[in-house]
Amino acid sequence: MLLIPCPWCGERDETEFRYGGQAHVARPLDPNATGDAAWAEYLFMRDNPKGWFRERWNHAAGCRRWFNMVRHTITHEIASVYKPGDPKPELPE
Amino acid sequence: MQRFSIVSLARNALTGHKDWPRYWRSPKPKAAYDAVIVGGGGHGLATAYYLAKEHGVRNVAVLEKGWLGGGNTGRNTTIVRSNYLWDESAHLYEHSLKLFEGLSQDLNYNVMPSQRGVLNLAHNLGDVREGIRRVNANRLNGVDAEWLTPAQVKAFCPIVSISPSMRYPVMGATLQRRAGVARHDAVAWGFARAADALGVDIIQNCEVMGFDIRQGRVHGLRTTQGEIATTKVGIVAAGHNSVLCDMAGVRLPIQSHPLQALVSEPIKPIHPCVVMSNAVHVYVSQSDKGELVMGAGIDSFNSYAQRGSFPVIEHQMAAVLELFPIFSRLRMMRTWGGIVDVCPDASPIIGRLPVEGLYLNGGWGTGGFKATPGSGHVFAHTIAQEAPHPLAAPFAFERFTSGALIDEHGAAAVAH
Repeated sequence: MLLIPCPWCGERDETEFRYGGQAHVARPLDPNATGDAAWAEYLFMRDNPKGWFRERWNHAAGCRRWFNMVRHTITHEIASVYKPGDPKPELPE
Repeated sequence: MQRFSIVSLARNALTGHKDWPRYWRSPKPKAAYDAVIVGGGGHGLATAYYLAKEHGVRNVAVLEKGWLGGGNTGRNTTIVRSNYLWDESAHLYEHSLKLFEGLSQDLNYNVMPSQRGVLNLAHNLGDVREGIRRVNANRLNGVDAEWLTPAQVKAFCPIVSISPSMRYPVMGATLQRRAGVARHDAVAWGFARAADALGVDIIQNCEVMGFDIRQGRVHGLRTTQGEIATTKVGIVAAGHNSVLCDMAGVRLPIQSHPLQALVSEPIKPIHPCVVMSNAVHVYVSQSDKGELVMGAGIDSFNSYAQRGSFPVIEHQMAAVLELFPIFSRLRMMRTWGGIVDVCPDASPIIGRLPVEGLYLNGGWGTGGFKATPGSGHVFAHTIAQEAPHPLAAPFAFERFTSGALIDEHGAAAVAH
């Protein structure tokens, strides 16, 4: 089980959290000017790396706030957590 | 290939069963093939088999990073059924179920099919309505389906509790009698043996490191066993499809998750069918060895580790005890995980990718085993004819741009 360090509440069990998938997927600024391919990219296409991944989590059974986390998808090691709006951290080597 | 028969069995008995030939060769890769399948699981091997058998494309290699059937083919809970709600899915999975029904004879290899029936339990009014709707949809599509009352559920599977005092009492169930289980390893081995006999090169311990793509067309691939020239590549790598497609510069709508399963200690035959429940979320059958085979949902987060978190196991054990109080003192023997590639609409992607000559058969998510022969059959057609098989056409990669999704979330008789 993951022990997730919520940036507001500290370390809590994985069962308190909801997963939100890839972080930093921005909605197109002008939907009316966005073609089908760009919509598909925004709605469905996602990175799925075997390695470090920036992802969103929601502390659903805690403070109910969203945050971002850098986690390794093979070892499940957590490198860092950061709040929405914080600068994107570099991925560890 | 030495065919299995009563005669060959008797002949080999005389020599103490020491002279049975190997099921398949272990050739070195050739410099070039007409088609290369990346991924030696059930779907990849089935694709190679049908390419050779139905389309005469025999100069084919199957590249496998590890060993045959060592991924999700050897890790699933072996359930075979076709009671999907939407037309496209019902047709595809029914095609596969029909192939399963004749597969042992076709491959000359016993894949141990057992059409013992699959129950999908309903525990609330929403489940009941969904179940009855699905039974009607299945019948319209020529898929056998019945609605059972709680008493009929009890008669069909006496060990299920239908006590009204349960927190989530059984209010009925759908039943597909032709559904059941098959031996997962045997499906991989049977396809591998039959494909090898038709001239397919099955190359294990051969990992793909990159593609040779020029002017938007695939010309070959780089592997740990050297370079291979080919103009057609079928990617059938389950959890690793995204990794391979990333090498080809193609982004997929797929996320990889662990899906866990577990088995109990072996007990005498007691469970006559397959029981699935979305609401309390577990599925249970009993293997020929006597173990209860159980599974449920994916771990929520992306992962390439073939293991998941314990709360997922704990949750499905609670569901088992709710449905089968008789198992309360049974001990669990092993748990494991496989990496499943999940699409946003919980339906697979079968078809060509934006790189010419590159084809994908993936995104099967949590339910690929049941589709093994059908998936290989329609994918082989798609590769050989360079046009989608009619049953595969709705599952094209382009559906994510057109918006014509096949949303089996909550409609596929399983909670995703």
